[in-house]
Amino acid sequence: MSQSPQKDYEQLRVSGLHAFYGESHILHGIDLVVKRGELVTLLGRNGAGRSTTLKAIMNMVGRRTGSIMINGEETMSCAPHHIARLGVGYCPEHRGIFSSLNVQENLTLPPVVRSGGMGLEEIYGMFPNLYERRFSQGSKLSGGEQQMLAMARILRTGANMLLLDEITEGLAPVIVEKLGEVLMALKKKGLTIILVEQNFHFAAPLADRHYVVEHGQIVEEIHADELSAKQSVLDGYLGV
Amino acid sequence: MSMIFGVPLAVLSGQLLIGFINGAFYALLSLGLAIIFGLLKIINFAHGAMYMLGALVTVVLFNTLGVNYWVALFLAPLLVGAFGVLIEYFLLRRIAGQDHIYSLLLTFGVALIIQGVLTNIYGVSGLRYAMPDMFKGGFKLDFMFLPYYRAWVIVVALLVCFGTWFVIEKTKLGAYLRAGTEDSQLMQGFGINVPLLVSLTYGFGVALAAFAGVLAAPIYSVTPGMGANTLIVVFAVVVIGGMGSIGGAIITGILMGVIEGLTKTFYPPASSAVIFLVMVVVLMFRPAGLFGKEA
Repeated sequence: MSQSPQKDYEQLRVSGLHAFYGESHILHGIDLVVKRGELVTLLGRNGAGRSTTLKAIMNMVGRRTGSIMINGEETMSCAPHHIARLGVGYCPEHRGIFSSLNVQENLTLPPVVRSGGMGLEEIYGMFPNLYERRFSQGSKLSGGEQQMLAMARILRTGANMLLLDEITEGLAPVIVEKLGEVLMALKKKGLTIILVEQNFHFAAPLADRHYVVEHGQIVEEIHADELSAKQSVLDGYLGV
Repeated sequence: MSMIFGVPLAVLSGQLLIGFINGAFYALLSLGLAIIFGLLKIINFAHGAMYMLGALVTVVLFNTLGVNYWVALFLAPLLVGAFGVLIEYFLLRRIAGQDHIYSLLLTFGVALIIQGVLTNIYGVSGLRYAMPDMFKGGFKLDFMFLPYYRAWVIVVALLVCFGTWFVIEKTKLGAYLRAGTEDSQLMQGFGINVPLLVSLTYGFGVALAAFAGVLAAPIYSVTPGMGANTLIVVFAVVVIGGMGSIGGAIITGILMGVIEGLTKTFYPPASSAVIFLVMVVVLMFRPAGLFGKEA
C-alpha cells in the first residue's frame, strides 16, 4: 500500500453518505474529510447518527449510498474485512470484548493489518492492568479494563486510522483521564483518530476539529481555535 | 457367573459397550451440530443426511473403485465436507441473518432431496459393507468379548472429539471460532474473512458427521434413511447438553449413549424413550441445557 508521508494527506473522505437500517433512513448525506494525523470528533445528541457514521465507514450497516474514500480508494463495495485491512481500527460503543476469550486472546485476536503496530510489551507498558489480568476471562473485567482492552486490541494491529465510539461512556474520572493520556500519545505517534464523544470536556483539549452531527447530517464544522468564538452555537446544538 | 443388581455381568457390560458406541456416535454428531449452531446460528437438519452420505460414499467408493476403509476414512469426510461448503455458499448464505425457521426448513429440504434421490438409486433395504480384515475378531476379556472394531470406534471417536475440543478451546483458529460465535460482525470489522470462516465451519461440521458415517458403515446397515432415524435422538442430545456448547455436546453424547445402554439392561421397554425423558426433565430445570449458558 503506497502512502504519502505529507501532513495534509487525505486519509478519509466521506461524501453524500446515506445509510439505512431496514426502512429507517439514518444518515442523510454526511460529508467529512479527515487528514493523516488529525484527531477529529463527531459531536451531537444521542441518535444524531454519529455511531452510525462510524459503522457505515466499516460497512456494518444495512444499505448505504454515497462515497467513502480511504487513502484515496473508494470502499463502498468493500467487505468489512477488506476495510480493516486498509488500516482502519474500529472500537465499538459496546466495546465488543469477547467473554469466552481471556484478555491475551482478546488482545491478539485481530490480525495485524499493517506493519508498525505496537508490540505486546509496549501495550502492556501502556496498560499495566491488562498485563496483571492477562489470563482473566473477558467477562470478568471491569468496565474500565474492558475499555482499555478494546483500545489496546486495535493498537496491536498497526491500524493507522482509529474509529472510536464513546470510549469514555460510563467510566470513572480517573480512567477517563488515563484514556485522554493514551489518545495524546497516539496522536503524537501520528495516528489518525475519529472520536465519537458525548463528553465534550474530554474531547475539547484533544481534538483538532469537531464536526457537529444532527439528524444524520453534518451541521457545523468547528476548528479547535474557533471553539471559544463558537461556544454558544455549539451549546445550542448539544443542548447543554 | 457374577451378577450385578440381578443382571449377569456379561449382559450388563455388553449393553454398556453398545451404549458407549452409540454415545460415541451421538458425541461426534452433536459436536458437529454444536459447532455449526455456534457460528452460523442455524439448526442443521441436513446433519443426518450428511452422516448417511459419509457411510454411503464409503460403500459406493469400495464397490466401484475398490477404495479401502482407511482411505475412505479421510476421503469420505473430505468429499462430504466439500459438498457442505457448496451448500453453505450457494444456499445457506442467501438466508443468513433471517429467522432460524428459514435455515431449519432449508436444511430439512436439502436432507429430504438427498435422501429421496439416493433411495431412488439404492433402495431402502440397505447396503452391506464388509468389515476390514484386520478388525475381525476381538479381545477376550474375563467378563465379556470386545470386538476389535467396536474398541477402535470408541477410541478414534473420542480422539477426534477431544482433538476438535482442543483446537476450538486452545488454539488461535479456535479463538476465531469462539469470538465469531459471540459477534461475527465485529470479527469481520477486525479484518477476519468471516464468510470464509463460516463456509469452512459448516464444511467441518458436516465432515464430522460424515466421519461418523464411515465409522458406522461396517457395523450398521447402510441405508439412505439411516441418518433421519439417528438425527432425532442427536437433537435431543444437543438440547440436553445445551446448544452451542462444545464440551457439553461431547460429554452429553457419551452420557446419553450409556444411559440408553443401561436402560436396555434394566428396563428394555423404556430404552428408546429414555433420552427424551431426560430431555424433558433437563428442559424443566435448566432450559438452556446442562452446559448451556442461560440467556
